[in-house]
Amino acid sequence: MTINKQQEGTKLVVALEGRLDTTTAPQLETEFKRSIADVTELVLDFAKLEYLSSAGLRVLLAAQKVMNKQGSMVIKNVNETIAEVFEITGFSEILTIE
Amino acid sequence: MKELTVEAKTENLDRVTDFVNEQLEEWNCPLKTIHRIDIAIDELFGNIANYAYRPGVGPVTVRVEIRREPLSAIITFIDRGVPYDPLQKEDPDVTLSAEERGIGGLGIYMVKKSMDGIRYEYKDGRNILTVEKNI
Repeated sequence: MTINKQQEGTKLVVALEGRLDTTTAPQLETEFKRSIADVTELVLDFAKLEYLSSAGLRVLLAAQKVMNKQGSMVIKNVNETIAEVFEITGFSEILTIE
Repeated sequence: MKELTVEAKTENLDRVTDFVNEQLEEWNCPLKTIHRIDIAIDELFGNIANYAYRPGVGPVTVRVEIRREPLSAIITFIDRGVPYDPLQKEDPDVTLSAEERGIGGLGIYMVKKSMDGIRYEYKDGRNILTVEKNI
C-alpha cells in the first residue's frame, strides 16, 4: 500500500493506493499517529484503494474517534467492494462517505 | 486442487493471496469477487497467523478447489494450532456509534456475510476451516 499526503494548513488529504489489510494497516496507523494531532479537516481519498479488511476498519475507527473531538473526517471515492464492507459492518453509519 | 503450505505469519499474507488469486483468474473470476475472497483470506489467514501458534509459529496449508455447477471456489485453511472455531464467536452489534464500538468479531462477521458458505471442523489435531464462494 502507498500513502500519499497533502497538507494545507490544518487540512490533511491522505490518498491510499493498494490494499488496506492486516499487513499494511499498521503503516496507516503509524501515519495517523504522526500527522493528525493538529488537523481539523481530514480527507481520505480511496480512489486507488482496492479493498480493506477489518484491520483497516480498526484504524479508520480510531481516526474517526480522534476527529470527532477535533474536527471532521471525510472518505471520498470508495469503490463498490469498499462500500459493501462499510455497509455490512455498519461503518456507513459511523463514517462520513462522500 | 492446489495446495500451498507456509509459516503462519502475517508476512506471508501476500503470498497466500497471490496463490489463491492465480487460480481464480484462470477461471475468469470477476475482480469484485476476487476482492471479496481476498478480504476473507486476510481475515482467516490473519487470525491463524496472530493466534494459532502464539507465541510460536507453525504451518498453515491453504487449499483451493474449483467446483463446477455452480462454478465456485472452495478454499480451506488447515493449521495444527490451538483448537479454535471462529464460527462460535458472537456476531458484533453493527448499530453502535463510533464511541461505543469495539472491533472484535468484525472480521469473521464480514466473512460470514460475504461468502456463500463457511464451515469449521477440528480433526486429528487440526483446525480445518472452509469457505465457499460462487464465482
